[in-house]
Amino acid sequence: MTEFTPLASTIGGMMIGLSAVLLMLWEGRIAGISGIASRILPPYSDGMPTSRLGFVIGLIAAPLAYILFSGNTVEQTVSSSLPLMVTAGLLVGFGSVWGNGCTSGHGVCGLSRLSKRSFVATVIFMAAAIVTVFITRHIIGA
Amino acid sequence: MSFFINLALGLLFGVGLVISGMSNPAKVLNFLDLFGTWDPSLAFVMGGAVLVAFIGFKVVLKRPAPIAADRFQLPTRNDIDSPLVIGPALFGIGWGLGGFCPGPALTALPLAAAGTLAFVPAMFLGMWAARMLGQARTARSST
Repeated sequence: MTEFTPLASTIGGMMIGLSAVLLMLWEGRIAGISGIASRILPPYSDGMPTSRLGFVIGLIAAPLAYILFSGNTVEQTVSSSLPLMVTAGLLVGFGSVWGNGCTSGHGVCGLSRLSKRSFVATVIFMAAAIVTVFITRHIIGA
Repeated sequence: MSFFINLALGLLFGVGLVISGMSNPAKVLNFLDLFGTWDPSLAFVMGGAVLVAFIGFKVVLKRPAPIAADRFQLPTRNDIDSPLVIGPALFGIGWGLGGFCPGPALTALPLAAAGTLAFVPAMFLGMWAARMLGQARTARSST
């Protein structure tokens, strides 16, 4: 069980949305993490690797900044099965770039722009994830 | 300058992930577990983010151009092709297995859980493979 946190989740979500809006205002790009992260690796077709690197460093530094300023700890439970996590990482990395977006690019930014492609992508990855959890928890794990 | 603005925006995004609970795979997997220990919190993350972005994009896109670039780079395609089905399907399976999508995986990195340290390099390898394969595919179809 994890605690239901509607208020914290809404506030956190609004911060994510605000970050996406400000990135659009600053350099006119969609805040898609799979796009930003995958393009910190060469080849650099469109320039701007330093700004993408800045965004990724900010993401990575975020929990440290949060712990430092709030005094809270960050609650987290990650599977300790390394083969499972490597498989998951390969699928997430490949799939998000192959489909041109992940939860942020298609989910947050795409849905906000009422994009048909992003709507289709979001429905598919949500459905695939729900089915996967159903199989691992209720069929294999039952 | 752009580096520091992006650093600040990455921080804002990442702290949002932490506060919302999205950077905790256990919470993500419970959100996806509709028929078990369902935790609807992440619907509120998506709701909050989409609400702000929906209004904010409308305001920002009224401008002729962004501040630090000549023009807005918005996706213009409207077709549903096979990568748009296969990509999200594979991504969704991986998301359901590990509980991480790309942003939260990066944000979880400094907490240094073994599972995260296994996930992130594999994710970058997968991203790189998709880019290489995508380029090969484009090169083939354009010749």
